Amino acid sequence: MYHALLFFHLLAAFFLAAGIVIYSGFVLGGPVSRATRTIAEILWGVGGLGTLVLGIWLALNRPEYELWDGWIIAALVLWVLATGSGAQASRGVQPVGDDTAVAIDRRTMFAHWMRVLWFTLLLVMMVWKPGA
Amino acid sequence: MSLVALIRPDSWGLPLFLHIAGAMVLVGALTLSSVSLIGAWRTASPALTRLAYMSLFYGALPGYIVFRIGAEWIADKEGLADSDLTWIGIGYGVSDIGALLLIISLVIGGISIRRMNRGGLASPIAARIVTGLVSLVLVAYLVAVWAMTTKPT
Repeated sequence: MYHALLFFHLLAAFFLAAGIVIYSGFVLGGPVSRATRTIAEILWGVGGLGTLVLGIWLALNRPEYELWDGWIIAALVLWVLATGSGAQASRGVQPVGDDTAVAIDRRTMFAHWMRVLWFTLLLVMMVWKPGA
Repeated sequence: MSLVALIRPDSWGLPLFLHIAGAMVLVGALTLSSVSLIGAWRTASPALTRLAYMSLFYGALPGYIVFRIGAEWIADKEGLADSDLTWIGIGYGVSDIGALLLIISLVIGGISIRRMNRGGLASPIAARIVTGLVSLVLVAYLVAVWAMTTKPT
């Protein structure tokens, strides 16, 4: 059970990362097509939900972990921050319909790079598990 | 091995972080490339084709290098560099085949970009070949993630 949960939890994290990399392509001046943006949104949504649900399930599944462990609470806070930044970045990137690069305002760019930062810190938390 | 995954020395943190972060950038860039190329099939968009190939060069290639350095480093730390464990074999096998397919994709992409820079059109056949190769690598990495987490013996 633990291995299956860990596999799907990590797979969901890869979905999140793929969504972030696709958005980085948009923010760095790549063309924004409707299909690519939709796939990035699906990856981000499924990955976000998957990491949260399976992460909590993992914490409940293992006697070594408790939901109120400091690193798990920190990870949940980072997940919320990443989701908030992601929602803001998502609103600011809209396709124009002809597969060309779109002008992205500074707030949207800032939101996207903050999401990258929160996600990186989340990964740091998962790897080092401070206090575990 | 599960217990090792749950409680590991702090000194293993950096190589593991590099291994996972590199793999995530690699998979993300391959996904972006694949999705952009499939989009370019329909529209013949040079911008999408360029994005697909550039994401391989600026995303997948550095991601692969970091992921592989992290893999060697963590395997060395864990004393698994010369191990004949099945999951380690799957990891190295997928990584080596993935590198080969990535290099082939980069060469084809580089030729296409050069052609576009000279005012020509991107080859639709090249785009289809690279889509196939990149999709194959993505499936192989899915198997590798499964092997790394479930550690079959």
